[in-house]
Amino acid sequence: MNNLQSLQFYYPEILLTFVILASILYDLFLDKLKSYKVGFVLIAGLIVVAISIFLQDDSVTSLFTDSVAKDPYSQFFKILIIATTILVSIVSLKNKELEIYRKGEYFTLLGIITFGLFLMVSAIDLIMLYLSIEIVSIISFVLAGYLKQNTRSNEAALKYVVYGGFSSGVMLFGLSYIFGLTGSTNYFQIQKALASLPVEANTAVIISIILVLAGFGYKISAVPFHFWTPDVYEGSPTTITAFLSVAPKAGAFAMMIRFFNQVFANGGAMNGLEEISLAYFPWAEILSVLAIITMTIGNIVAIQQNSIKRMLAYSSVAHAGYMLLAMPVMSGDSTYAIMIYLVMYLFMNLGAFFTVVLVKNKTGGETFKDFEGLGWEMPLVGALMTLFMVSLTGLPPTAGFVGKFYIFASLIQGGEAFYYLVFIGGINSVISLYYYLRVVKVMYFSGRKIEVLKSPGVVMSIMLLVTGIPSLILGIYWVPLAEWVQNSLVFFIQTI
Amino acid sequence: MENILSLLIWLPIVGMGVIAFVPRDKNDLIRIIAAITTGLQFILTIVLWSDFDKSTGTMQFIERLEWIPSLNIAYILGVDGLSLPMVILTGLLFFIGVFVSWSIEKAVKGYYALFLLLNAGVMGVFLSLDFFLFYVFWEVMLLPMYFLIGMWGGPQREYAAIKFFLYTLFGSVLMLVGILGLYFTCGKTFDILELQRVAPTALYGVLWWGVSAIKIIWVLLFIGFAIKVPVFPFHTWLPLAHVEAPTAISVLLAGILLKLGVYGILRVNYGLMPDGVYWFSGALAFLGLINVIWGGLCALAQTDLKKLVAYSSVNHMGYSLIGMAAVIAAGESNGYNLKAAQAGLGGAVFQMFNHGTISAMLFILVGVIYDRAHHREIEGFGGLASQMPVYTAITALAFFAGLGLPGLSGFISEAMCFIGAFPVFKGIVIASTIGILLNAAYFLWAFQRVFFGKLNEKYVDISEINKRELFTVVPLLVITLFFGIYPAPYLDIISKTMDVIINHVVTLSTLASM
Repeated sequence: MNNLQSLQFYYPEILLTFVILASILYDLFLDKLKSYKVGFVLIAGLIVVAISIFLQDDSVTSLFTDSVAKDPYSQFFKILIIATTILVSIVSLKNKELEIYRKGEYFTLLGIITFGLFLMVSAIDLIMLYLSIEIVSIISFVLAGYLKQNTRSNEAALKYVVYGGFSSGVMLFGLSYIFGLTGSTNYFQIQKALASLPVEANTAVIISIILVLAGFGYKISAVPFHFWTPDVYEGSPTTITAFLSVAPKAGAFAMMIRFFNQVFANGGAMNGLEEISLAYFPWAEILSVLAIITMTIGNIVAIQQNSIKRMLAYSSVAHAGYMLLAMPVMSGDSTYAIMIYLVMYLFMNLGAFFTVVLVKNKTGGETFKDFEGLGWEMPLVGALMTLFMVSLTGLPPTAGFVGKFYIFASLIQGGEAFYYLVFIGGINSVISLYYYLRVVKVMYFSGRKIEVLKSPGVVMSIMLLVTGIPSLILGIYWVPLAEWVQNSLVFFIQTI
Repeated sequence: MENILSLLIWLPIVGMGVIAFVPRDKNDLIRIIAAITTGLQFILTIVLWSDFDKSTGTMQFIERLEWIPSLNIAYILGVDGLSLPMVILTGLLFFIGVFVSWSIEKAVKGYYALFLLLNAGVMGVFLSLDFFLFYVFWEVMLLPMYFLIGMWGGPQREYAAIKFFLYTLFGSVLMLVGILGLYFTCGKTFDILELQRVAPTALYGVLWWGVSAIKIIWVLLFIGFAIKVPVFPFHTWLPLAHVEAPTAISVLLAGILLKLGVYGILRVNYGLMPDGVYWFSGALAFLGLINVIWGGLCALAQTDLKKLVAYSSVNHMGYSLIGMAAVIAAGESNGYNLKAAQAGLGGAVFQMFNHGTISAMLFILVGVIYDRAHHREIEGFGGLASQMPVYTAITALAFFAGLGLPGLSGFISEAMCFIGAFPVFKGIVIASTIGILLNAAYFLWAFQRVFFGKLNEKYVDISEINKRELFTVVPLLVITLFFGIYPAPYLDIISKTMDVIINHVVTLSTLASM
C-alpha cells in the first residue's frame, strides 16, 4: 500500500502525533509550577488514542510500502503499551521526585516514546526496526536522566547512552550481514532469500543472529546485555523505571517474536500455529541458553540487594528470562504464553513500582529499611504489595501464576527437548520466592507497629487498586483475557 | 443440601470477609466470628457425614462448573471415603483451633483472617477433583501458613517460616511439572476422575529420555507430597516450623496439613499411576522404616517437649507409609492377598486420622504447659503430677495414645499397618518394631521427667488446666478412646473406598508396562 492510502489505517498514530504536539504547545503557556498540567493533556489524549485503537477493525495489511504492519497482533501490544503509559503518567503526577523540575517535557517525551513503541511492535522492515528502537532508546536516555540535579540520575542516563549506543551498533552490524546475505530489508523477502541460501552461508547467518540478539537482549535486559539495568533502574525517576520495566520490554518482545518468526523461521507459528522449520539454524539453542542465564542470574543477584528498586530491577531481568523461556519453542502456543505473561507482568510489576513511588514519597528512600512496618502503617498498601510480590513469585491464585503456567505449558507441549527448561524455570521461581518474601517480611514481621494509620492518598490508592485487582482477578478468572489474546494472535504475512 | 461441598470451602472465606470489616480493636467479636464460622463448618461436615452413603466407594456430592474451558479446567468437587474423615477432622480441628488460639492478643484480626483462609485452602484440597483446582488450593495454604508462623511464632519464627515456604514451594513446583506432564500425555484434562480412567492406558509405554514417563511423574508428584508428609529426607522443615509456630498452628500443621501429603499420594499417585505403585512400593516401605526409626531416635534426643512431639509426627507418619505400601499384597505376584492389602491401606488411612487427633492433643497439651511456664525444656520441669493432677491424667492418656497402647486408637491403626505389610515386607516390618520401642521410650521417658520426681520449686503455684483448655482437649480424647475400643464406624466409612483403590491398583497395573 502506498503512503497516501496507508494514512487511513494509521489514524491512532496520527492522533498520537497531535497529542504530542498539543502537549508541546500547551507547555509553552504554562509556568514551571503549573507545568504538571501537560500531564492531563497527555493522559486525556492517550485515552482517546487507546479508544481509536480499540475501534480499529481486525483487518490485516501492510502500510507505507511494506514497512509497517497493521494486524491484531500489533494492536494488542499497542494497547498494552498505551495502558502502561497512561498508568505511569497518572502516577507521575504524584511522584515527589519530579516536584522541583519542569514537567512539560517529561510528559511530552512519554508521548513520543509511546509513538516509538508503536512503531516497534509493527515494524516489518529492518530500517523501520532499527529506527523505532532508536526512537525508544534516545527518549529513554533523556527520561532516565530527568532528575538533572541528582547524580544517580545523571549516571543512569550516561550509562544508558553508552550501553545503548554500543548494543544498537552491534545490532546494526548484524542487520548489515543480513542485508548483505539477502539483499533486502523486508522481512518476507529476507526469509525467502535465507531459505535458499547455500549451506556454507550458515556461519554468517548464525553470527548475524547473535549480533541481532545483542540488540534485542539489550532492550529486554537479558543477561549478558543487562549490565545497564540495575543502575539505570535505580537512578531514573521511579515512575520512569516502572515504565522502562514494562513498555519497552513488551515492545521488544513483540518485535523479537515477529522478527524471529518471520526472518529466521518459516513463519509457521504465525500461519498455522505449528512449529517452525529451518531447524538447522541453532537459534532455539541460543535462545534457551540466553533464557536460562537471564533468569538465573537475575534471581540470584536480586537476593543480595538492599534497595527494593534495585531488587525489582533484577527481578525484571529474571522475568525477561521467564518470557524468553517460551521463545525457543516458537509455536503459536508459546507466543500466546508470552503475550499472556506480558499482560500479567504489566499489572504486577507496575503495582510493585507504584508502591515504591509511594514509599519514596513518604520516606524519601527505597531500601528495605524504608519499608519496615509498612503493613501496619498502611494496611491496604501492605496487602497490595504482598499481592504483587506473591504474584511476581508466581503463586496461585494470582496473575503471575497464570502467566507462568502458560509458559510452562507451552514448553511441555513443545516436546521433550524443552522439559528441562520447565525444571530450571520452576527452580528459579523457588529462588525468587526468597527475595520477594523479604519485602513482605520487612513490611510485617520486623519493624515498628504503629497504631496511627497513614493514608496513602486517593490517587495512589486508586492506582494501586487498578494494578492490584487485576493481579488477583486475572489469577482466578482469565477467560476474557485468554480470548482477547487468542484473537490477537493474527499476523500480517506476505507471501512472496 | 445441594452445594454442601462448596459451602464448606467458601464459608471460611465469607467469615474472613466479615472479619475484614470489624474494627481492629474488637478482639472478642473477631474471635466469636471465627468460632461461629468454623463451628458452622464443623456442623456441616457432620451433616455431610450423615448424608454420606457408606455402601459405595465412588465419589459423592459431585459438583461441576465450567471454569476455563479453553484449558479444560473445571471446578469439580466431590467426596469419598478417603476424603470424608479428613474433611470432618478439618472441621473439628479448625473449630478447636479457634479456642486454642483464644489467648493470642497480637493483631487478632489478621490472625483469624489468615486462619480462616488456611481453613478454606485445606478444605479445598480435600474436596477438589480437578487437578488445577487442587493445585490452586494447595498453594493457597502456603501464604497464610507463612504469616501465621512468621508473625505469631517463637523467637526463630522468620527463619522457620521462610524455610517452610521454600521447601513446600520446591515440592509444589515439581508437582506442577508432573501435573503438566499428565495433562499433555492424557488428553488435556485436569479432571481427576477422568484422569483415573485415562492415565493408566495413556501413559502406557510413554518414554521420556528413555525412562518410563510413569516413573518420572510418579517421582515428581511423590516428592511434592513427601515434603508435606514429611518423608525422610525432606522432613527438616518440620521440627523447626512446629516448634516456632503458635500452638494452634502446630495443631493444624500436625493434625491436618501433614495428612495432605498422604492424601495426595493416595488420591493422585495411587489413583492415576497404579503401575508406579508396584514399582515404588518397596522404596515407600523403606522410606517408612527410615521415618519410623529416624523420627524415633530424634525424638528420644530432644530436650524441648514440642520438638519431641514434632519428631513423633515423623515417626508416626512412617507407619502410614508402610501401611500404604502394603497395597501390592493384593497383586498377582503376592498371591492375591486381599485381606493384607485392606488391612494395610485401611491402617494407613486410619493412622492418618488417629495421628491427626493424637498429635493435635499433644500439641495442645504442650501449649498448656508453655503458657504457664514459658518454656518447654523437659529437664526444667519435674513433679508436676502433684500440682496438676487433671492435666497429668490427660497427658498420660495422650502419651499412651501416642505410643500405641492397646485400647487407644493409635494401637489399632499401627497394628493394621503392620499386619497388612507383613506378608510383603517382612524384613521392614520386623525392623520397624525397633521404632515402636523407641516410640514408647521417648514418650515414657519424657513423661517421667516432666511429671514425676521432685517438684521443681518454681512451679509450686502452677495452675491447673482451665476450662477452655479442657474444652479443646476432651473431644479429641473422647475420639481417641472411642476409636480405640470400637473402630468400626470409622472403618465402615472408608472400607468401600479402600476396596476401590486396591482394585484400581491391582487391576490397572501390569508390571510389564514399566
